[in-house]
Formats: sequence, structure tokens, C-alpha cells
Amino acid sequence: MTRTLTHLERLEAEAIHIMREVAAQADKPVMLYSVGKDSAVMLHLARKAFFPSPPPFPLLHVDTTWKFKDMYGLRDRMARESGMELLVYQNPEATERGINPFDHGPLHTDMWKTEGLKQALDLHGFDAAFGGARRDEEKSRAKERIFSFRTASHGWDPKNQRPELWNLYNARKNKGESIRVFPISNWTELDIWQYIQLNDVPIVPLYFAAVRPTFEWEGQLFMADDIDRLTKVLGQKPAITERSIRFRTLGCFPLTGAVESTASTLSEVIQETLLTTTSERQGRVIDKDAGGAGMEKKKQEGYF
Amino acid sequence: MDAIYQTEALIAEDIDAYLDVHQHKTMLRFITCGSVDDGKSTLIGRLLYDSKMIFEDQLAALESDSKKVGTQGQEIDFALLVDGLAAEREQGITIDVAYRFFNTEKRKFIVADCPGHEQYTRNMVTGASTADLAVILIDARKGVLVQTRRHSYLCQLIGIRNIVLAVNKMDLVDYDQARFDEIVAEYRGFATSIGIESFTAMPISGFKGDNITTRSENTPWYTGPTLIDHLETVEVLSSLDAGKPFRMPVQWVNRPNLDFRGFSGLIATGSVKPGDPVRVLPSGKTSTVSRIVTLDGDLDEAVAGQSVTVCLADEIDCSRGDVLATADHPPQVADQFEATIVWMDDEAMLVGRSYWLKLGTQTVSVTVQQPKYTVNVNTLEQLAAKTLELNAIGVAEIATDKPLVFEAYADSRTLGGFVLVDKLTNRTVAAGMLHFSLRRAQNVHWQATDVTREVHAALKNQKAKVLWFTGLSGSGKSTIANEVEKQLNVMNRHTFLLDGDNVRHGLNRDLGFTEADRIENIRRVGEVAKLMADAGLIVLTAFISPFRAERELVRKMLPEGEFVEIFVDTPLEVAEARDVKGLYKKARAGDLKNFTGIDSPYEPPEGPDICVNTVAMTPAEAAEHIIRQLLPLK
Repeated sequence: MTRTLTHLERLEAEAIHIMREVAAQADKPVMLYSVGKDSAVMLHLARKAFFPSPPPFPLLHVDTTWKFKDMYGLRDRMARESGMELLVYQNPEATERGINPFDHGPLHTDMWKTEGLKQALDLHGFDAAFGGARRDEEKSRAKERIFSFRTASHGWDPKNQRPELWNLYNARKNKGESIRVFPISNWTELDIWQYIQLNDVPIVPLYFAAVRPTFEWEGQLFMADDIDRLTKVLGQKPAITERSIRFRTLGCFPLTGAVESTASTLSEVIQETLLTTTSERQGRVIDKDAGGAGMEKKKQEGYF
Repeated sequence: MDAIYQTEALIAEDIDAYLDVHQHKTMLRFITCGSVDDGKSTLIGRLLYDSKMIFEDQLAALESDSKKVGTQGQEIDFALLVDGLAAEREQGITIDVAYRFFNTEKRKFIVADCPGHEQYTRNMVTGASTADLAVILIDARKGVLVQTRRHSYLCQLIGIRNIVLAVNKMDLVDYDQARFDEIVAEYRGFATSIGIESFTAMPISGFKGDNITTRSENTPWYTGPTLIDHLETVEVLSSLDAGKPFRMPVQWVNRPNLDFRGFSGLIATGSVKPGDPVRVLPSGKTSTVSRIVTLDGDLDEAVAGQSVTVCLADEIDCSRGDVLATADHPPQVADQFEATIVWMDDEAMLVGRSYWLKLGTQTVSVTVQQPKYTVNVNTLEQLAAKTLELNAIGVAEIATDKPLVFEAYADSRTLGGFVLVDKLTNRTVAAGMLHFSLRRAQNVHWQATDVTREVHAALKNQKAKVLWFTGLSGSGKSTIANEVEKQLNVMNRHTFLLDGDNVRHGLNRDLGFTEADRIENIRRVGEVAKLMADAGLIVLTAFISPFRAERELVRKMLPEGEFVEIFVDTPLEVAEARDVKGLYKKARAGDLKNFTGIDSPYEPPEGPDICVNTVAMTPAEAAEHIIRQLLPLK
């Protein structure tokens, strides 16, 4: 009598299978790497999928220049350890216009991330890009296929998705089309945390509580990661208080709200996550645009 | 809901103990389906709500949405949790599958909420293909409906063994046992007729929560399990796969350096250990497993459902598309099959057209014969059909251009389930399930002959070619082809001209001008041209051959470089003005149906080998241009 695999073993096997299908079928794949915990798990799965070879594609970080310092540190370390090429892309127009989250609101996400991603994919001619999105994150993600096709202008057509049966992935595409591939579609936040714990996956220390400099802005709590830069953009030095905080999700430091917490180990973080009463993405401002269909609209425009 | 509160207490008091439990959970994938208003989305919303998978902020949004667009008055409309696309929320229907997740103490669940409308059948089949179990909902007030039957049939077709018949909205029939029994009896009669041997029936209310997580006081007459109890204990498909013979389709050859060569794949069925004798299919070569390699160290054993990299003791040929299998019980190899096909594209199936078939990690060219029958999924009648249209389900014979390693779908979803992909649009147009191989494929072998095609051509002091003229009716194909043949004969070349009209007098006299017949016409001409090329001839063909796919098919039949596509480029107005045979006039008058350029499409070549413009060139000039491009002919 052979044993039944646990849910994490099945999820791991599924993600590895998906990555190998892409490596075997795509002309020029790339893995989007945002340095968050989901990216960390995805990178770890890629290393498993192709071991002892290094993953046969580069990592792409679409940078907004507003990430936490700790994130840049881990990014460079992980690229070294995995033996993968790291490509960093910053939208030159956003750099030139000094786009930032305080003065430009939604335009910040649009220019740095949505436009930056499109430009980076076009520049390198990548035809398949791995993303760490999960179906439990948001309603339109719950409907998205694992192989999600984008038009030449990177748009998503949710009403006309390809059938995707069993674990057969049709990666054939028309000229100009590209594929976004989501190998951890079926993972939940709890699965991600538990996998990190069981596999010692390195993650950014900001996920763990510590006493850090913070300030309040528009009712939310933020970390003062680069006080000089913040002062310049805000026009004044924010009132800094030391608090024990951590992050449930990591984006740009002015867009990602912190929570007060004392959870300093993985078990404690998981415990806090399970007992919390608000959903994970609430820390991000992006989903609240455009009523209930914020993410769906962003995806149609080419956001990941 | 006691269990949920206990879970919460455990999380708060001993997180490590909770995580240990969670770590050892198994996973069950299931779908919910049924008629449009039977309450599928509400049930899922209820499962998420009862298992605390809905956060406060989501609940707040849900409450406000319920009042705005909900269908439950002032009460919470759980369906709004699940219907995620803007169009779905506006229209109050489910278009595509939504995947949702929840946990209990024993299992993690992935539930796919499948659309009920017939026009979204392909999305339902997508959801069902990975499911271990199906919950078929019935509205207690309405009983078994057409969609209940159709979804049950699809579930049976896709091989879902565990069926739950959830008689929903029991609160609206006063929890009446007689009504419940009546519905179950009606469903049983139907289920037996389509081969569903057993199912589990339960009276529930997704809206009120009866018999979902706790036994309802409203149905004292019901002694079976609650829905959650049943979902937690039913056997999952993957544990059955582990007991079957070992099979692993090779996805990728892992070759970091000269000292390491491993074959990566997901084990479809069975298990494997170092030292096991294995066979590589379709070649049939054998070796033994030397190592099972993972990042976490070598494994002593790997089982169905795991993704691994296997190393073999011997250096034998093995690449993507091959299947590693247990040596003494390998799967079969064949090239002709009977299969059930679910057509999923707006453009109907074309009999004889060549599609890509993807099965496991194999991709081959395939043609589908005229269906033996299609099934009316509402009445289950078997009907005669010429083709398969969107959402049609039929049984047909298929033939692949290369041997396929396979098993019957009933034995292996991985080696028996396939999709068809259109070669031009790249869309996934159909899903299929193999029944068995046809004996004629097993018994017909290629007979090798000593006088080869090269010898035939060498004797004629030339290289065989197929000069394929394509263009509109009246473009000048036959005239130019005739001119080219004359000039080649002057040059002492051995040729033969196959003309469209002439072939239709004999070999293809049984074919008309529908799309399917046009495809068969070209397939036969392609085969004849190939035989003549095998005999060493320079073959000229003059056929409209309107579809790119069929011209590509003929190109692929021949060795590289032997097929020369010659586009006789004449604008429609010019061809119509010439109208040598008076056919355009008839077509315009409606006396001639399916005429290329008028009411049937012509797909011009995208990169023809040779192109002649008959407006600028006379036939003689065009022929000379072609010959010059063909030189040297040896």
C-alpha cells in the first residue's frame, strides 16, 4: 500500500510540472521576481524543478525604485545562490518624470509596474513569464487559467479563455501573443507560509516583527525606510515613532501598510495570519480602485 | 460548527500542533454543478463562510454588494463571493470556472464552481477534468432538470467516480422527506442509464446551512453524513493511481553537464524505486533506474503525483514525449484510435483536417474521421452527424501521423486524455478521451522495398518534386502548369500533371465542394502526388486548394524541400472578369454553392516558394519565371 501525498506535496508537484512544461515549450521564458514571499516560494520551486541544473530562464525584477532596502538585499543574494541571471528593469519615463506614490497615486502603479512590465517583456522578447499570483488572492484571479494568454498589447480577455484540461497546457501562441504562467495558482496564503517553514525558504526579514521607525499617513501605518527620500517627496519630515511592526505583504514601501505585531518567528506569523480578520491584499491600495473590478480592469490593461 | 471553533482555539493555543495537523492533510478537488439557479455559488459561499475562509473586510464588501445587486433581499447573497468577473456580477450568471479554497481539520479542498449554461460547457469540462468528486445540485422544488442530466453525463464522461447528489433548498419544501425520496428515485433511474453505478444523496440548504457542516435538526429522517463529513472521508483519485503500473511521461531532459543525464516528469501512475527495470516507449528499449534525484536528496521511492528526475543505468535514447514505464507491463503504442471528443471551438470540426493532438508530453499530427455518432446531451440520444460543432460530444476514429504511447482513458487520465489544437489559430478546439486502438493500426506495418525513392529519381536523372499550384478559380493555374510541364519535357524531365477537374472525374468523383470534401480532395491528391514523387517524378498539381492547413499537410508528407508552393496570384476581380468556365456567373447567381472567392474563403499562402502575377505576366513568362526558380533540377 503506497502512501497518499499530502496537499503540499501535490501542490509542489503541480507547480514543478507546470514550470517544466514552460521550459520545454516556450522559446524565451522568464520568471518575474518581486522579492515577496510568493516569489520566494516560486523561485524555490524552480530550483527544485530543474535540479541539478539551474533553472533555464532568468529572473526579471520590474523595479519601481520604491522597494524596501531589505528587498533589494535579498534579491541580489537569491540570484547569486540560484545561479540565475537577474534582469532589473526600471521604466525610463517614470524615472524621468519622478513618478512616486505620494504625488501620483494610481499612476505610480500604472507607470512603474504595468508599463514597466510591458516594456521589459517587449524589450527582451520574452514569450512566457512566470508570475506568483494565487487564485485565493482576489476574485478575478480565481477565474484565471494557469496559462493565461495576453494579446500583443498585453491585454487579457477574461470572457474568452482557452479551455485547460487535466494538466495539459497548450502553449502555442500567435505572433505577438505572450503567456503569463501562474504555477502557484492553487496555493493559499497558509500553504505558502507552511512551505516556507518546511523548506527553510529565505524571505525578507520585514515579514517578521521588529521595532522599526514608522509614520502615519492617511490613516495607515508605514515604515520610514528612507527618511531623506520621504522628506523630499512629502515636503516635510514625517513624525517618526518607533513601533514593533511587520508586513503581511510587501510592495513599494509607501504603498504597503504595516501592522503592529510582535510575531517574530514563522510559527507566530502563521498564527497571526490565521487569526486575523482582514484579507491579505487589504494592505495594498491597488484593489480598491474602480469598484469591485479593480484587479480585473488592471489585468485587462496588462497588469500581472 | 463546533469543529471550527475548536480549530480556532488550537491555532491560538498551540500553533505548532495545528501546523502539524495541517501539514499532513490530504487534498480533495471537487466541482459543483447543476442547473442555473440551483444554488451552486451559494453553496460554495456557505462552505467558505462556515470554514472561516471569509475575512471581515470581504464580509463587509459582501454585505454592501448584497444590498446593491444581490438576489436575496436584505440577506447575504453568497453567490457574489464566487462570481468574480464584472460581466458575471452584472448578469448574475457564472461564465467561467472559479477556483476556491478551504480547509477542514482533515483535508484541504479546491472547489471549482462550474458554469451551468450550455454555451459554457468547455469551461465546465475544464473544471471537471481535475476533479476527484462532483457535487450535483438539484433545486428541491424543481427536481431533475435538463442541465442536471447534461452535467451528470459530462461528469461520467470525464471519469468522476464520486458523485454527490445534493438536493438543495430543502427549506423551501418544508424539509419534506417524501419530496427528497422522489427526487432521489428519479435521479437514480437516470444515473443507472448513463452508467453511474453509485452516488451519495443528501438533503441540504446552502442558504440556511442544513447538513453542510452539521447535521440538521430539520431533517431528522436523514441518517447519512453531512456534506463536509463526506468530503473529508471519500477516497481521492490520486491514491488509486498509486496502485497502477508505473508510467512517467518525460517532460524535459536534465543535462547540466556531461556526467549527468536525468529524465524529468510527473509520475502519472504507479511507483518507482532505484533498481527497477524500466522500458522507454515508443522505442521499447530497456534499462534500470539508477537514481531518483531531487534537490532535497535522492529518494528511495517515488509515487504517482510526484515530480521527480529519474536517472537510468544505461545510455539509451529518451527525450520529451517518450514515456518511462515498468519494463514487464508497458503501455501500448498505436496510431489509430476510437475516441470520445468534446468540441469546444466556435469553428466546427473539419473532417480530414490535420490538428495537433497533445497527450501527456506527446504532440503529434492527427486527423479525425466523420463521427460515428454524436450524443444529444439533453436526451442522450445517439445521432448521426457529419461534423462536431461547438459543445457537441461525439465518438469518432482518429489517426495520428506518428505512433502514440497511450492507455484507455478509463485506466489513465494522463495517457488517455488529450486536447486538439488548431494548427493555424493555435486555439484548443477539443478535448478527447481514448477508448482503444483500432486493430488495423496494429496489424498494418510499413513494408520496406529495396528500390528506394532515391533510386527511382536517380534513374531519371532528376530530383523528385511536387510543384503545387494554388490560386483562385480562373487564375490560370492549369494553363501555367501545362506550360511548365511542356518546357520540362523539352528539357528531358519526367513529369506528371494532376489537374483538379480531371481528378474529380475519377479518383475523387465521390466528393463535393463542402469544406470537409475539399479537405479530403486535397488529402487524396497529396497522397497520389507523394506516390508519384516516390516514383521519382516531377509532379505538377493544379488545384484551387483554398486552405493553408491542407497545403501544409501535403508539405509535411514529403521530404524537406520537395514541396514547392507556387502561388498563382490573380485578384478576384480579374479572375471573375475572365470567367473562362462561366462559373463565377453561376456562383453570383446563387446557382453554384461553396464557390471559392464568392461564398467560400481562399487563404492565400503566407510565404509561397514561388509567386507569379498573372496580371503582369503572360502564361509563357510565368512558366519561364517558375522554371528559372527551380533550376538546377538535379
